[in-house]
Amino acid sequence: MSLTFLLRRGGLMVYTLAVVSLVVFGITQVLPADAAVMMLGENATPEALAAVRERLGLDQPVIVQYGRWLAGVLRGDFGFSLRTGQKVAPVMLEALGRSLLLAALSIGLMLLIAVPLGIVAAVRRGRLADLVVSLMSYVGVSLPEFVTATLAVLLLADWLQLLPATGYVPPTEDPVRGLKHLVLPVLTVSVILVAHVSRMVRSELVDVLHADYIRAARLKGLDARTVLFKHALRNALLPAITIVALDVGYLLGGIIVVEEIFALPGVGRQLIVAIQNRDLPAIQAGALIMAATYSAVNFLADIAYAALDKRIQYE
Amino acid sequence: MSELLGRLLRSPQGAIGCAIVALAGLTVAFGPLLAPYSPEGLYPLARYQAPSAEHWLGTDQYGRDILSRLMVGARATIAMAFTATAIGTLAGAVIGTTSAYLGGRADEAIMRTVDALLSVPSLLFALLIVNLLGKSAFNALIAVGIAFTPGMARITRSVALAVRKQDYVNAAIARGESSLYIVLREMMPNVIAPIVVEMTIRVSFAVMLFATLSFLGLGAQPPAPEWGLMVAEGRKFMHLSAGMIVWPSLAIAAVAIGFNLLGDGLRDALNPRT
Repeated sequence: MSLTFLLRRGGLMVYTLAVVSLVVFGITQVLPADAAVMMLGENATPEALAAVRERLGLDQPVIVQYGRWLAGVLRGDFGFSLRTGQKVAPVMLEALGRSLLLAALSIGLMLLIAVPLGIVAAVRRGRLADLVVSLMSYVGVSLPEFVTATLAVLLLADWLQLLPATGYVPPTEDPVRGLKHLVLPVLTVSVILVAHVSRMVRSELVDVLHADYIRAARLKGLDARTVLFKHALRNALLPAITIVALDVGYLLGGIIVVEEIFALPGVGRQLIVAIQNRDLPAIQAGALIMAATYSAVNFLADIAYAALDKRIQYE
Repeated sequence: MSELLGRLLRSPQGAIGCAIVALAGLTVAFGPLLAPYSPEGLYPLARYQAPSAEHWLGTDQYGRDILSRLMVGARATIAMAFTATAIGTLAGAVIGTTSAYLGGRADEAIMRTVDALLSVPSLLFALLIVNLLGKSAFNALIAVGIAFTPGMARITRSVALAVRKQDYVNAAIARGESSLYIVLREMMPNVIAPIVVEMTIRVSFAVMLFATLSFLGLGAQPPAPEWGLMVAEGRKFMHLSAGMIVWPSLAIAAVAIGFNLLGDGLRDALNPRT
């Protein structure tokens, strides 16, 4: 991997974060006619409005407001929550830990299910197994998280009473109950991802299985298993790395909904609570953390892809 | 055109997708006329009913007929999602085509910015815009439209650039055709097709996104019979009547599947070689 590639890709991530920070700040603090009135409502007392204006520096020019905010963000300081009065950053950091746990478990489960499904569908292309997998993926991508979550709660928590419907117990405190509370959220988040990724693995693998070098491997008498696992799969799964990274966008959107439904106190739920309470500093922090996570994951995925696939190093 | 339709209907995805989308379209057009009950008619004596001859899908916590609410709510869900997608597609097409036309550094700058915006998940983007505009069905529509714009811009640009490089466009230039003729007769038909495919698939995302916003209380407001809102309201009563959440959920999923299948069917019908 060349240094220029690293630098260009890194520069791109910095540019992305700069644009995102401008957009987030613009939408939340600059575009509202009067952010203080928006937050406190029409009936707020002039003193309360003045206090909020001073706290957020709303009386300053926009550039100064943005500069101050960005300087704070770069030091890891997102200001104070208007709802609780606490510092936003530590609360968000704690929430981020829970969200990352949910995301990691979901991606793990997704890979365990989606890759084998995609392989089966590709190997048995046009047969019953392929049809079943592709039907499942159509249904999967068409179920919004709130529908999956609600139906899962109805079935597994309300009727069968197998799992708790909502709530969160830190797995470090009580591993068994903690994991039980995580089962439904992880299942829900995984559904769309499994549907998406299994379809991608299938189509990549179908393409690779038609390549000349696979025919050559077959013709020189290698058995089907070796051809599939030693020759085809490696090249089919490489592009999947970047696709999974792009899916992190869906994942983050899904996490917002799922955390809200299952009352799991992660970044997504913090963000929804902040939006409902018009808590600007918390909205800004939540949105920025999510977008930063997404671009960081895609940065790492591109680097990993370039490191694993020597062909693209000069791009 | 009829050849295209024939190819579309011959594939299973295309046929099923067409059927579901046609049914959805009819419901959007005539649902309020055909609905057996008023979607907001309260019948306190007929609450939480199971499906029966009078109420095919049962009733909700106020005794409102669920089937009627679904039929009337099709407009609040599908028509809104479709409009939002159309807005996003149009805005994206303008940005994407402009970027492709300008080329060079301007193209680079626009596309890097579009990429940066794509790193904000659609739902988060829509949430931020609703937060700015205030919660209502119309604002949710605008939010979904804006959230879709960067993605559509990227797709339009890549399609326009690919078409521009085709031999038949160069041939038309070599023949000395006017720019207007080349853009309208040679490029447009080939640019529109992939965009229509992408738009069809995006309608299914829009249905889901729009219903999600309403579910979170940030889109359509009660007592609107919006499907996502119906699921949200039904959750409190799920142990009294599961139908209140199951039917609207199925409706959302069915419409989303329909548009997905139609989009894939269209893609295959437009590219007969693959």
